Amino acid sequence: MYPWGAPLYRRARRLCTDFMSTVASNNSNHRAIARITGWFTDWVSDWGELVISSCIALGDFCLFVFSTFRWMLSRIPKGETLWPNFYQVGVSSLPVVALTGTFIGVVLALQSSSQLGHYGLTNQLGGVINLTLVRELGPVLAATMLAGRVGSAMAAELGTMRVTEQIDALSAMGADPIHYLVVPRFLACLLFIPTLTIMADFMGVAGGYFYCNIWLNIDQHYYWTNSAKFVNNFDLFTGILKSLFFGSAISLISCYQGFNCKPGAEGVGKAATSSFVFAFIVILILDLSLGLSLKAVYESWYPGGTY
Amino acid sequence: MMIEQLLDQEQESIVNVEKLSVTFGSQEVLQDITLKIPPGQTLALLGESGCGKTVLMKSIIGLVKPTNGKIEFDGENINRLNERQLSRMRLRFGFIFQNAALFDSMTIGQNVAFPLRQHGRFSDNQIREMVLSRLSEVGLPDSVVFKKPAELSGGMRKRVGLARALIMNPELIMYDEPTTGLDPIMSDVINELILRTRSRNPVTSIVVTHDMHTARKVADRIVMLIPRQRLDPDENQIIFDGSVKELDNCRDRRVQQFVNGEAGERLMEMRANGHDH
Repeated sequence: MYPWGAPLYRRARRLCTDFMSTVASNNSNHRAIARITGWFTDWVSDWGELVISSCIALGDFCLFVFSTFRWMLSRIPKGETLWPNFYQVGVSSLPVVALTGTFIGVVLALQSSSQLGHYGLTNQLGGVINLTLVRELGPVLAATMLAGRVGSAMAAELGTMRVTEQIDALSAMGADPIHYLVVPRFLACLLFIPTLTIMADFMGVAGGYFYCNIWLNIDQHYYWTNSAKFVNNFDLFTGILKSLFFGSAISLISCYQGFNCKPGAEGVGKAATSSFVFAFIVILILDLSLGLSLKAVYESWYPGGTY
Repeated sequence: MMIEQLLDQEQESIVNVEKLSVTFGSQEVLQDITLKIPPGQTLALLGESGCGKTVLMKSIIGLVKPTNGKIEFDGENINRLNERQLSRMRLRFGFIFQNAALFDSMTIGQNVAFPLRQHGRFSDNQIREMVLSRLSEVGLPDSVVFKKPAELSGGMRKRVGLARALIMNPELIMYDEPTTGLDPIMSDVINELILRTRSRNPVTSIVVTHDMHTARKVADRIVMLIPRQRLDPDENQIIFDGSVKELDNCRDRRVQQFVNGEAGERLMEMRANGHDH
């Protein structure tokens, strides 16, 4: 996978060993020093290996992303590769995202109602629930479900194709695997994650409304008036913009994991697991960094407003 | 005279591998391999598992990037081509993978038609006719067209792989262990198909195999590789290059052990080296 990684690491280790043995050879208590230097060399080289392999993996991933964008802009994939992926992401994922959204809306209402109830602020519930859903929970949960449902499946499918030489077969027949396999998956995630996010938002709002208005009998007028006061177009835009970044990250990470799958059933399993774990971590990091950036943007656009 | 012959050979060779070395991480798989294959020749590449036969073949079509050395096909340096040029060049190759590498998500018909749909501008009717004719050439009935690869036996899958590799009429066909895992009769069917393909078109073929029966039956020339770890430092990795007759007369003990399928002292050697082959 990284043809120049191992020689670089070996050279660094050899340099380190040479240096330490030179130091040790000038000392009288030779054996004890040699043991300590050996331990130190191992410790340094282990860290070195970790740093070098992480840099190489990051560089490799960047090249993969670059290649995906290049193919996407140079030639549109054929319909026969696009439609199945659009269906998988856009249609098959819809029920599970809708279900998650509904439950999250209800649970959020349940928790906020008891907290705000202490302060006599139950009329503000609509604003709190819907703002949280539209800005944060809708996009993040839709992305998490997509990473679990579609991302792992992508990594496992491409991993199996790698292990059974199907990716090599594509190259051997003159088809570029990135253009044929990655670009359609990337486009499917990028184009359909906003619809999934809107679905999660809508069902969450519906779930929250159901709990607050039908279960707790909170006044509908205040519920919706406060929702309209708190949630504005910028919040909706924020959620959907975030989802585009999440969708891109999910598809690229999953495809990369599949393409670099290790041989055997264990390799495919690991590719599927690590694709979800990495995608989820990246979703959280992106969520935080985009949240901070969008807050700064909002405050510069509307200096008097509160984000 | 010798120099002229050598020059002629160089001009004539369609595949020209020069001082090829391939290293994966810390493992050196191929070192200083030089091989020239004239057009129309069927070359059998022999050697024990892990000696780099498949890596050599994958290097020739650019699936594996060499660490050092040069690979030319029909005078063009494979490693200097960009992705598009390489894709176009690969239309001139046919590669039959060890386990056929058929696309699971497609039917047999879609698998065989894949190269045509990818590169050719053929109508659906033309594609259907070409697919059926290729499938019947490898002895498969029309009814397999709508089946998925998982529904076929190993021998049938290999034949579908052959049909798929032949559909663009390649100039160089590479077979990766075509008879491994098949019963003796199906193995011979594959051998016959290799011979028939060659008699129909003047193709150049490389057959990677462990099967001496296949090597004797289909090959004009035999090349035997040995793993780097088993070589002396200045010894060439190609320990035999010649005809089938020359193979039988070869005095090298390692060649004879392989040809006759004798383990000899290999088990002891493996134990001593902690080998897991």
